[in-house]
Amino acid sequence: MTGNPRTLFDKIWAAHLVAPEKDGVPATLYIDLHLVHEVTSPQAFAALRERGLRVRRPDHTLATMDHSTPTTPRTADGQIPVTDALAAAQLEQLARNCEEFGIPLYRLGSENQGIVHVIGPEQGLTQPGMTIVCGDSHTSTHGAFGALAFGIGTSEVAHVLATQCLLQYRPKTYEIRVDGSLRPGVSAKDIILAIIARIGVEGGTGHVFEYTGSAIRSLDMEGRMTICNMSIEGGARAGMVAPDDTTFEYLYGRPYAPRGAAWDAAVAEWRQLAPDDGATYDSRLVLDASTLEPMITYGTNPGMGVPVTGRVPDPMAVGDLSQRQALEKALAYMDLQPGQPLLGKKIDVVFIGSCTNSRISDLRAAARLVKGRHVAPGVRMLVVPGSQQIKKQAEAEGLDRIFRDAGAEWREAGCSMCIAMNGDQLAPGQYAVSTSNRNFEGRQGKGGRTFLASPLTAAAAALTGQITDVREML
Amino acid sequence: MPAFTTLTSTMLPLPIDNVDTDQIIPARFLKTTDKAGLGESLFADWRYTPEGQPRPDFPLNKPEYRGAQILVAGDNFGCGSSREHAPWALLGYGIRAVVSTRFADIFRNNALKNGLLPVIVDRPTLQQLFSLAAEEPTTTITIDLAAQTLTLPDGRSVTFPVDAFARMCLLNGVDQFGYLLNQLPQIEAFEASIPSRVNTRQPAP
Repeated sequence: MTGNPRTLFDKIWAAHLVAPEKDGVPATLYIDLHLVHEVTSPQAFAALRERGLRVRRPDHTLATMDHSTPTTPRTADGQIPVTDALAAAQLEQLARNCEEFGIPLYRLGSENQGIVHVIGPEQGLTQPGMTIVCGDSHTSTHGAFGALAFGIGTSEVAHVLATQCLLQYRPKTYEIRVDGSLRPGVSAKDIILAIIARIGVEGGTGHVFEYTGSAIRSLDMEGRMTICNMSIEGGARAGMVAPDDTTFEYLYGRPYAPRGAAWDAAVAEWRQLAPDDGATYDSRLVLDASTLEPMITYGTNPGMGVPVTGRVPDPMAVGDLSQRQALEKALAYMDLQPGQPLLGKKIDVVFIGSCTNSRISDLRAAARLVKGRHVAPGVRMLVVPGSQQIKKQAEAEGLDRIFRDAGAEWREAGCSMCIAMNGDQLAPGQYAVSTSNRNFEGRQGKGGRTFLASPLTAAAAALTGQITDVREML
Repeated sequence: MPAFTTLTSTMLPLPIDNVDTDQIIPARFLKTTDKAGLGESLFADWRYTPEGQPRPDFPLNKPEYRGAQILVAGDNFGCGSSREHAPWALLGYGIRAVVSTRFADIFRNNALKNGLLPVIVDRPTLQQLFSLAAEEPTTTITIDLAAQTLTLPDGRSVTFPVDAFARMCLLNGVDQFGYLLNQLPQIEAFEASIPSRVNTRQPAP
């Protein structure tokens, strides 16, 4: 080892190199944990069969059903029927693949099933210092634990299934430092929306984000997951937070976390992962959390965001021609006028869920605001817990009752209206305030229009029927 | 994987920045277990009306761009989801190369593994290609992967970067899987030297 100060990323990268990058050939990187779901894996298993290969480490692989699964309430016999024949076939294919290759699977409706980026941490499978991949771009979520976690395509899913490795060029590093204290009504979601609004959807291309600073340290694990989750929306394949006592407390006692002497040894090792004093990054951004307000997007990519008290920007004020055209196109799709305030904009649907914001603290925050109030007439509010475990916990706390009493729908676990391939979707022209991660055209349903926001801001909109500054309701 | 050496073709212009993979292939078409047939749904929500009729003003539906194998698109093409269905849909439609000023990381990786070449050019070149495609749709350009050049009809050539390894694989029509499989002895040796961090088949004892 040289004496060069190393970042968190540097340490994990070095510890997983089977072969370093050489003569233009990418490095061979070892993968500790591979998460699998029904949508991006069938063609990978087919590739294994074509070549007569087995899954090398089914014990480092876990599958769940989440993307194409319905979240409609169970039937009287406790089942969740899949009425879409294509989705049913895809789910059945995953079950057959897992059976044939010996991979543990959390089936639809089973006690640990849920969104792939919710269950890894929940089960204690996601641990500091690991490399974690999944055929899903929001794999960056797991970086909240000080893991190097990133999304891969289906070809790479096959590579990992067969070899437990990936060919990778070393990305650049990008420190995002957030200091200061968040003000009431402002949350982790607002931090990441503010970051992406600042750097744009391509600002992190080719980089791995490392989030540092006192505001990040002050967040609980669920807030850190929200931030790391949306790293990809800023163009970075991965985002990470160095592990600390908050991380260890979250993991302690979870089913797959080490126990006893192994726990102590693991924590001692994990403490070494923090960036060394003087470690440097290829790029850097510094933000003051105390200046942030609740954020909302107005356009058709996650970089098009402003404080909720802000106005829709005017394309004529944008100097760059292609950026001006992009903004014009976005506002035409959203049917918003330049200079229009976001506050007071009428909405049709509120979605609380997704791998960004479907965890217990997200549901608690929304429930606190909703308690004793009612969803505005004509508004549909959908609350979708990220996993069966979260659903059970929320029901034990009576959160489901609070939402139902307010007129919201309480659903089964899954990706739901974040991806609109499971029956939960917007109708053409509808406006939604959504706690998910993407406001791309049609993302939540063909012709649907998405405002991305925090669970608090989303809940406030459900109660008033319009985009609202939640700080006035606290 | 088919080899990619040189490609001479007309262009399909899509002068839109930040084209995300949800536009390239909307999620509702991802309920498939196959790679085939996705070309029909390429850019579905821009290409067809809600009734399923082709929108005449969308480039894919304009007769003058039919048969083009080179898509020329705005900055940061392929951002968003990791779905490899995006390059499968482009290839299924007949696109063999995409020219832009920048590509999202996961899309670029996925494209290269399927024989779809991402070609990075500077903004003035991109603008020139858009103009040429708009004014004279029969214009052809040539992409030479071995030389890493894109040649315009006036004879001017610009060079573009490609990862050396991906270039070698594309030129020879071999995929990266075989190379990785050949490393299994090293992988096993590495694995034996590190602690196993987790066992998904069994909770911690």
